[in-house]
Amino acid sequence: MKNEFTSQPSASSSVFFDKLAEFGIVIAFIFLCICLSFANENFMTWGNWVNVLRQTSINGILAIGMTYVILTKGIDLSVGSLLSVSGIVAASLVTGEAAGSVWIAIPVGLCVGMFLGALNGLVVARLSVAPFVVTLGMLSMARGFTFIYNDGMPIANLSPQFRYLGQGMVGGMPVPVIVLALVFAIFWFILNRTTFGRYVYAVGGNEKSAKTSGIRTRLVVFSVYVISGLLSALAGLILAARTTSALPQAGVAYELDAIAAVVIGGTSLNGGVGTLTGTLVGALIIGVINNGLDLLGVSSYYQQVIKGAIIVAAVLIDVSRKRKN
Amino acid sequence: MSTPLLSARNVAKSFGGVPALRNGCLDLQVGSVHALCGGNGAGKSTFLNILMGILQRDGGEIRVAGEEVNFASPSDALKARISIITQELSPIPGMSVAENIYLGREPRRFGVVVDYPTLFKQAGELMRRLEFDINPKTMMGRLSLAQTQLVEIAKAFSHDSRIIIMDEPTSAIGENETDILFKAIRRATAQGVAIIYVSHRLSEIFAIADHYTVFRDGGFVETGLIADIDRRHLVRQIVGREVHLAKREVRENSSASLLDVRSLSRKAEFSDISISVAPGEIFGIYGLMGSGRSEFLNCVYGITKPDQGEVFLNGQSVPQASPRHAIRMGMTLITEDRKDTGLVLTASVAGNTSMSALPRLSTLSVVDRGAEKTLVEKMVKRMSIKVSNINHPVANLSGGNQQKVVLARCMATDPICLICDEPTRGIDEGAKREIYAFLTGFAKNGGAVLMVSSEAPEILEVSNRIAIFKKGKLTTVIQGDTATQEELLHLAS
Repeated sequence: MKNEFTSQPSASSSVFFDKLAEFGIVIAFIFLCICLSFANENFMTWGNWVNVLRQTSINGILAIGMTYVILTKGIDLSVGSLLSVSGIVAASLVTGEAAGSVWIAIPVGLCVGMFLGALNGLVVARLSVAPFVVTLGMLSMARGFTFIYNDGMPIANLSPQFRYLGQGMVGGMPVPVIVLALVFAIFWFILNRTTFGRYVYAVGGNEKSAKTSGIRTRLVVFSVYVISGLLSALAGLILAARTTSALPQAGVAYELDAIAAVVIGGTSLNGGVGTLTGTLVGALIIGVINNGLDLLGVSSYYQQVIKGAIIVAAVLIDVSRKRKN
Repeated sequence: MSTPLLSARNVAKSFGGVPALRNGCLDLQVGSVHALCGGNGAGKSTFLNILMGILQRDGGEIRVAGEEVNFASPSDALKARISIITQELSPIPGMSVAENIYLGREPRRFGVVVDYPTLFKQAGELMRRLEFDINPKTMMGRLSLAQTQLVEIAKAFSHDSRIIIMDEPTSAIGENETDILFKAIRRATAQGVAIIYVSHRLSEIFAIADHYTVFRDGGFVETGLIADIDRRHLVRQIVGREVHLAKREVRENSSASLLDVRSLSRKAEFSDISISVAPGEIFGIYGLMGSGRSEFLNCVYGITKPDQGEVFLNGQSVPQASPRHAIRMGMTLITEDRKDTGLVLTASVAGNTSMSALPRLSTLSVVDRGAEKTLVEKMVKRMSIKVSNINHPVANLSGGNQQKVVLARCMATDPICLICDEPTRGIDEGAKREIYAFLTGFAKNGGAVLMVSSEAPEILEVSNRIAIFKKGKLTTVIQGDTATQEELLHLAS
């Protein structure tokens, strides 16, 4: 992880402060864990941690795609709907007597997400419509399509092979956690080691300069929405597999937690600045808060209030840090 | 001499122990235009910010009309009838010109309702007085950059100030607007207003100022009357050493051409322009604002798509509207506005330098970071960019060094043809000299340079041939070594 810090092509104020910023999030995360372990003896157990990681996996995968989009100064509000529509399409292929192979269902589900993501990307990149508006429209359209697809009914009775994606265990780790780890590794590599990753930072930092430098800026912008669509679909398949049924109302408001994880992780909504490691820690912080408040028996109404306050506090700390420089 | 309207003595300011200004001194007489000169980092901005109350001085004294003052904020300075025109424009695009000018001090009825008829009348009178051709009811967002700058100037005049500080007021405006501004300045000074004028364009200083003061490295160097000195003396005081003009070699006329533009046209921008630039040649383009010169460069490089015509490099046709192909074939564009189109300010020096060269530094899209570091270090050294760590953000560098990072990025792809749009805008004399030397060196090694500049002395100094643009048309091409400034202005206007 050390390498990531030194190789970052982006820096908000200086390399040193960037390191400190990520360091700060990690410190906050550890502090939170220590507090919770004192407040509840069950928190620091292996079983609970596996649980936290499993709960974090869906949001973590969404937030990785969201980081790419936000780095280009965009936003993807449609992730929750894309998650749902991809999940329900894939589920329809592996349900009941005529259950097909997961090797068809999974690629089809992923393609649905990529296709809808590509539509987002096309309108944003080609027609220069504000990403907020485009993906807000997609949020509604894709949600509508999920209800149309199976007349608003859930699809249950999924084949065991498909359920393995959400419920299986490999070496004591749930499959969704392993998928998250793989996705993180792959997309970390793309963002930090490939030309495309550099171009994502450059386009978000200054699109005009990027274009002058010979970067195909529209292609970059288009691609991040395809990535976000792909990862939304992957999260949708895992969710359907874990809950053993695909619900048309699955993933409502998931975009908020994904955006929150990215922002807590220190990625700037102005584009060009941020890291995937930060996003992962951001997603873990949200996961730990949810889990901890559950353990403490805080009602879900209060949980929302506390979570919101923590998000705003995280951004406040970030802003005051930047002002200091 | 009477008591100066403003007198600053030994004004000092440090940031974190590093002195930015050691002994700022300036005497401003009633009704005079006082040029404050110095390179980047000379302490001019710090000094002006202290005068305006944006920064607090650590030492020294400032007297206005004989009385010591200590402004805690810009509003204190405004109350003492001192106003400033800054380089950084801050218009509110959704409001009218008049509302922008009188923001926060609109004429009111019953204390709360904005009295629009009076507001527009006042603004209209102000515009007429200044001879600015801008309708006060126009939305700010619809104005061009030059007009926006004029509104900013009008705003400063509207304060009924006795001292107006102008920090690079002409950096965004053309020759016509500059003339209008100078007329307004002369009228104001005739009524006793004093002006502190900051500009990197020395010809303007000699045209409008009567006094001058030079700062260098945070210290006072010299003050006096403009009438007593020449351009060469002023440059020497600003740079701190004698600067020699680059010796231009008279070129043989060669028939081969490296860059060939054939009847390029783009609707409402420029039409039917053909030029050819030989290897080893610096080809200048001179024209007034709105002559289509920058638009032409952008189209040659492929930022925009031409309606007609073709560009050839080394005899090969360059694909239209694709900077990526242009770079691959050996062309590069050094842009006019480094913050807007030259740099990614959120990225590091290294990230900016290697940006265009990444395709050649990578295998299957994976960047070879060792090769990248080697390239960046080589370019930083070659362009003598002053930076302690290549991973530091480019935003922290001075203007001159930032411009060198743009050059470094452009040169990292080993171009054979440089397209430069105002390559020295807003940078100090020393850095300008380095860029001229670089351009001449590049041409000497067989490269071709196509350059636009709005500064006649600059274009005369480096160009072998100069094309004159007028209203989107190429009117004539003249030889650079025999042309004069008067000739250029005459042909262009």
